[in-house]
Amino acid sequence: MNDHPILSASSVTRAFGAVRAVAGVSLDLWPGEVLAIVGESGSGKSTLLRLLAGDVRPDAGTVLYRASSGATRDVHTMGEPARRHLARTEWGFVHQDARDGLRMAVSAGGNVGERLMASGARHYGDIRAEAARWLERVEIPAARIDDAPRLFSGGMRQRLQIARTLVTRPRLVFMDEPTGGLDVSVQARLLDMIRALVADLGIAVILVTHDIAAARLLAHRLVVMRHGRVVEEGLTDRVLDDPRHPYTQLLVSSVLAA
Amino acid sequence: MSWTLRAEGLAKSFTLHLQGGVEMPVLRGAALEVGAGECVALSGPSGAGKSTLMRLLQGNYGADAGRILLRRSDGSVADLAQASPREVIALRRDTIGHVSQFLRVIPRVPALEVVAEPLTARGVPGEEARARAAALLHRLNLPERLHALPPATFSGGEQQRVNLARGFVAEYPLMLLDEPTASLDAVNREVVIALIDEAKARGAALVGIFHDVEVRHRVADRVLEVAPLREAA
Repeated sequence: MNDHPILSASSVTRAFGAVRAVAGVSLDLWPGEVLAIVGESGSGKSTLLRLLAGDVRPDAGTVLYRASSGATRDVHTMGEPARRHLARTEWGFVHQDARDGLRMAVSAGGNVGERLMASGARHYGDIRAEAARWLERVEIPAARIDDAPRLFSGGMRQRLQIARTLVTRPRLVFMDEPTGGLDVSVQARLLDMIRALVADLGIAVILVTHDIAAARLLAHRLVVMRHGRVVEEGLTDRVLDDPRHPYTQLLVSSVLAA
Repeated sequence: MSWTLRAEGLAKSFTLHLQGGVEMPVLRGAALEVGAGECVALSGPSGAGKSTLMRLLQGNYGADAGRILLRRSDGSVADLAQASPREVIALRRDTIGHVSQFLRVIPRVPALEVVAEPLTARGVPGEEARARAAALLHRLNLPERLHALPPATFSGGEQQRVNLARGFVAEYPLMLLDEPTASLDAVNREVVIALIDEAKARGAALVGIFHDVEVRHRVADRVLEVAPLREAA
């Protein structure tokens, strides 16, 4: 067992005006671990994700990232160039709206290849072959490699975003409602694909979702947020099957069994 | 005989916040010791807490008090009641095997992969893991044409056999069996009894809930009565 967290947040706090969006949240993420942050709209879960990824600065608290070199970096003081470099190499982002993670006018193959080039790949033939391999992996027909994602369905765009993110084999991926806005039938396919790829590549993931079933399927560990605070956390199946906090009990009991 | 599982002073109650904070005590001072090669059957009326005890032993419920000591295959001892989520996951991978009554189906994952997964999680190469999974599914008479299909559309008995194969494919020091023969015909029931006997022979400790009295007589070395709390108090 690897004994250093890859990401470690302590007492992270952020207010927007008079609203405390995130209040004193601490958490550790371990290499290869999938952590789901669940809660309803306005619980602060998306703000927490942006704080952890360095997109939003905390009013107080720190977020430390342990790089592949073994060095520990403060996500909020490392500086924008260093953070951008991390985002290109060791980190990945999967946005709810694929348009935020893709270049809509660039071909599918180009979207995947671009990220490879940004992390240092140079040989055109290798890049195209790797892009093709990844499109196959996310079940996008090879014939669509030169099509732009604006011609794709929502589910296909989201799969392309996954390919673009994972092609460089990041160590840590931030996912914000990756199945939000998709048809249920499309969600199951995407969830299963994420589950298999993440396990296969051994990636650490922080997943923000309001979908309890998605959290059960994907996450080793669960954090339940309400009003900017963590009200309960632990092993995913224990939090869902033996919830202690009134809010978690409400959340779990509100899920319709299929 | 040295124990593999030693639980003591286990307490579990549920606070139902959505029902006005009603307290539901289920277990108090529960204790259980199971040796290597031994099978203990939990018995008692429904609602007595057998399933709650099983869930505590699997780490699915958190104990309010008490210890759940497990001896790993390397001889070291862990307290499941105090284990961190990461430690529980590691214990489930290496130490605690579990056959639940119902299969939690993952969309799109074929039966063969479902069964092979406990082996690949331990680092067994995919090909070998799938070969062992297929052999066990054959032994449980699951037709080969079903191996490549996700079990979502399988019958109850077929799903239970997938679940059994998943539980028995890797060798765990402790096996938890919740009604392992509930949906099986006589032929497959015999297969399960043989699997349990083999697990005992290799030194596994087993805890089970067996409503089938004949199965219980044949596999259990001991019966532990789980009594409802109100009568016990």
